[in-house]
Amino acid sequence: MTQHPKGPALERRGLTRRQLLSRSVAAGASLVVGAGFVASGTAAWALETTAIKPESMATLIQMARDIYPHDQVADQFYAIAVKGYDTAEAAPNVEAGIAELNAAAVAAGHADYISIGWEEDRVAVLRAIETGVFFQTIRSGLVTGLYNQKDVWPIFGYQGESFSQGGYIERGFDDIDWL
Amino acid sequence: MVAKFDLNDDSVVVIIGTGAGGGVLANELAQKGVKVVALEAGGRYLPEDYINDEWESFTQLAWLDARTTSGTWRVAKDFSGLPAWIVKAVGGTTTHWAGASLRFQEHEWKALSTYGAVEGASLLDWPIDAAEMAPWYEMAETKLGVTRTGDRAGLPGNNNFKVFEKGALALGYKEVHTGRMAINSADYDGRMACQQTGFCFQGCKWGAKWSAAYTDIPAGEATGNLEVRERSHAARILHDDSGKVTGVEYFDKDGNLQFQAARIVCVAGNTFESPRLLLNSASSMFPNGLANSSDQVGRNYMRHTTGSVYAIFDKPVRMWRGTTMAGIIQDEARHDPSRGFVGGYELETLSLGLPFMAAFLNPGGWGRGFTTALDHYENMAGMWIVGEDMPQATNRVTLSEATDQFGLKVANVHFDDHPNDVAMRNHAYKQGVAIYEAVGATRAFPTPPYPSTHNLGTNRMSERPEDGVCNKWGQTHDIANLFISDGSQFTTGAAENPTLTIVALAIRQADHIAREMAAGNI
Repeated sequence: MTQHPKGPALERRGLTRRQLLSRSVAAGASLVVGAGFVASGTAAWALETTAIKPESMATLIQMARDIYPHDQVADQFYAIAVKGYDTAEAAPNVEAGIAELNAAAVAAGHADYISIGWEEDRVAVLRAIETGVFFQTIRSGLVTGLYNQKDVWPIFGYQGESFSQGGYIERGFDDIDWL
Repeated sequence: MVAKFDLNDDSVVVIIGTGAGGGVLANELAQKGVKVVALEAGGRYLPEDYINDEWESFTQLAWLDARTTSGTWRVAKDFSGLPAWIVKAVGGTTTHWAGASLRFQEHEWKALSTYGAVEGASLLDWPIDAAEMAPWYEMAETKLGVTRTGDRAGLPGNNNFKVFEKGALALGYKEVHTGRMAINSADYDGRMACQQTGFCFQGCKWGAKWSAAYTDIPAGEATGNLEVRERSHAARILHDDSGKVTGVEYFDKDGNLQFQAARIVCVAGNTFESPRLLLNSASSMFPNGLANSSDQVGRNYMRHTTGSVYAIFDKPVRMWRGTTMAGIIQDEARHDPSRGFVGGYELETLSLGLPFMAAFLNPGGWGRGFTTALDHYENMAGMWIVGEDMPQATNRVTLSEATDQFGLKVANVHFDDHPNDVAMRNHAYKQGVAIYEAVGATRAFPTPPYPSTHNLGTNRMSERPEDGVCNKWGQTHDIANLFISDGSQFTTGAAENPTLTIVALAIRQADHIAREMAAGNI
């Protein structure tokens, strides 16, 4: 059980949306990759990569969503959850794991993991590797990496601490009205 | 004035651990004028230090020193290094506990006589009974300020309770209320009333929940008879040629090995650490560990038959708001073998925040089956099962080959469910799901047990020395000046959350020890 990796929030680089998109190619349905970065298809955010290949980071983000798919949670939160793997120390294992994942995709008749169009087909590929160390490392890391992001909590309605506001004694601890 | 005792002062009582057992015992002895050195492995955290964030609080308070696991219980697979969710801090797990404070039912003191022999179980009767414990329970309830005892009112019900209550009443359950809780429903004993903040498990920032950390410990220190040594990790209990214990070796806050002399040693390090310490204290005179002529040290580990039921509704519940466990159904706590098992269980409200729900709802689970449950977190209600599990000689704490930061062998915790435990859990899952379906739940989740919070039985009380480790006072059968003072002395687990009973036994033990010391018997 570990805390999710800490680090600066994702930022747009010093490029216009048009400039950024002109330097990138599509990776899967919603991501684009360029030299040293992964970005959302709308260029709302971009994540620089240093130790692992941008294509591998894009695959990792897609894999994270496929493991814990929440349609109301934007890609950037999945990107934050896995960006801690972009270190010199983690890179060799991550690249090997992504290679394993892509090999499983190829064995299932696809070009690679991220180009598989249907979640159902990607999940079938994940099932093929789910007992392996790579999958289990990524999955268990996401339990904290994704769900312990305070910015994710409001998406699920969770309110976090209430002590600073005096608890719920006068703020609805018993306000259920539909029973 | 806080006391400071000399390492060579062999007139002191040394207590290892400062939780519900050790912390209360330390204060009660100090109040009677007995000099006490309490060794606490953890640091001191008070309400202003508690963190209302599940993972940060876990990092602050939980016992994270190495342990190993074995057996077929699911915890060994999902949380192999974390068999228990208990606390390493002054006040022990009384910082984390939910506050549920229930007396044993009369028949539960006599499990073997009531249930009869159960195949594969090492059931025994306690050497004490309900009548003997009644006055001590009353003292414990007064100390803890337990709601719905004495003249103390119950807590108000939160949203999670209201769903639970309506479902329970629809099923015909009668004993349904907001619990007997060591959480103030009104100002009590210099502590304020509950503010319905949630985060009971992370330490109560209002001090509305009783914890030894800010009640018994400072009260004992104020007498001038109690010295608490924080970050002091007991390593070994030593003895003389006559077989009496002489004191405790421990690693101090700087990692240096010290020896504190003692007239009496009381072990209250919880159900894993207490037997571990006795086993790690093996000597040429006691090659199987201290107080272990019966070979019962470490055996009969019990953790209550637990599990949770969460359910999703088509409208919001917001179960995290308010007191975490102020809700109980007691109808199933009776002994009624027609249900297919002996003993009974309580159902209690429970909620987890989103981060812990993700970790515990279905450990290892992934994909949409898992995530669509969390998608409706706001519409979720939850309850916890706590029932009597069967003691088994093979469920035990032994010394692992792994060592901790001090080079001491760590506890290995082995557990397999007894068929009675499985039958009880399945019955409780079914009832829990039915309760929520009666209120219109659209989906329900019987959730597997968490790392154990109720850890009992590994130094059990017995009438006969060959059946257990200690007698009805918690005094070990083998060594007159060595006592067991925590939940490890439980003969059987009963269906109730154990803290109130641990506290009542500690008050009673303090009375006994002080009397025997005054009489010159120990």
